[in-house]
Amino acid sequence: MSDVSLVVNGKRVSAAVEDRTLLVHFLRENLGLTGTHVGCDTSQCGACVVHVDGKAVKSCTMLAAQASGSTVTTIEGLAEGADLHPVQAAFKENHGLQCGFCTPGMIMAATDMIARHPEGLDEATVRDELEGNICRCTGYHNIVKAILAASQAMSGKSKAA
Amino acid sequence: MYSVNYHRASSVADAAKLLASEDAKALSGGMTLIPAMKTRLAAPSDLVDLGHIADLKGITVSGKTVTIGAATTHAEVANNAALKQAVPAVAHLASLIGDPHVRHKGTIGGSVANNDPAADYPAALLALGATIVTNKRSVAADEFFTGLFETALEDGEIITSVSITAPDRAGYEKFRNPASRYAIVGVFVAKGPNGVRVAVTGAGDEGVFRSSELESALGGSFTPEAAAGVKVSADNLMSDMHASAEYRASLITVMAKRAVTQANG
Repeated sequence: MSDVSLVVNGKRVSAAVEDRTLLVHFLRENLGLTGTHVGCDTSQCGACVVHVDGKAVKSCTMLAAQASGSTVTTIEGLAEGADLHPVQAAFKENHGLQCGFCTPGMIMAATDMIARHPEGLDEATVRDELEGNICRCTGYHNIVKAILAASQAMSGKSKAA
Repeated sequence: MYSVNYHRASSVADAAKLLASEDAKALSGGMTLIPAMKTRLAAPSDLVDLGHIADLKGITVSGKTVTIGAATTHAEVANNAALKQAVPAVAHLASLIGDPHVRHKGTIGGSVANNDPAADYPAALLALGATIVTNKRSVAADEFFTGLFETALEDGEIITSVSITAPDRAGYEKFRNPASRYAIVGVFVAKGPNGVRVAVTGAGDEGVFRSSELESALGGSFTPEAAAGVKVSADNLMSDMHASAEYRASLITVMAKRAVTQANG
């Protein structure tokens, strides 16, 4: 067993977990944060993306013990009470989802992407950056639109597409 | 995931001690090892996490010498300003690995130690004549990559950094598998004071290799046209569901041509 201690969505949490526990299982089963999804469990689909120490990672491919001492943000940590995060609001506004299974990972990837591109985003960059997130419903079109809209709302910038 | 014991190493010496147990394996970014454990392709009893050792992280550029700590992530290599200046082809290569989330975790040391026959870094290190530094010794890239998933590393030996001398020009292009993003063929070309070196990943039956045909053609004239004129033999190349040996041979010429174009920028 490993004693893990981390800050998740601003709250300090500690638990004793089996060493083999994946971060995604710790979040879902120990903390009840079921917004983070397990899609493929093979590091391809990105439904499990969370931020660890400010960087988007696939939580199905990391042990909870590896993350001990880190700060983690999940989809549940984005909204401020009833106010949606600008990326969540943009996904709603632009209908950037159908079944919604990939959405938490898409939104966590999008917030990371926008943070890494303070100069603004264009469509080609967004599509390239979504390499690690798979959606089987939308054909990505409205997801890309939502991310571009959110990027613009957050920084006031967009590059000509 | 099956039951495993996790240990977090506090230093390289601590990690070496922990790795002395027979079935222990070093865990860096875990981007290959953890998926391999899920499918039982790897089944170590113990994992020794190298990800929290500060000595293994970071990039230093001093004149023409570039040193990259083993636990430096692909994202850090792709975005390091000094490295982009000194050897832009290596930063470009790192930006092509996996996807953004994988690049935030995966490390150069992990990739090099694993020596996947379709990994990107082995091509760069071999073409650049890099030195792989471990907790015991320094090994030239020419001696390091010994076969499929095989390296000169001994049991319990840990890569601490890789050292590169910046070439005059270098370029890397890969034709990637659309699902896995690994190279079906990747070609790294480097032109330095000691001539031209060309390394190919993704294609060889025994992993990364240098192409003497391309080296001699590009040694005469470092141009895309010279690369385009080389007919690479399909002998000793891999054939699988993604590409035949003949197709890979043809892709080597095409990727070499594009890599030279990039190098000549």
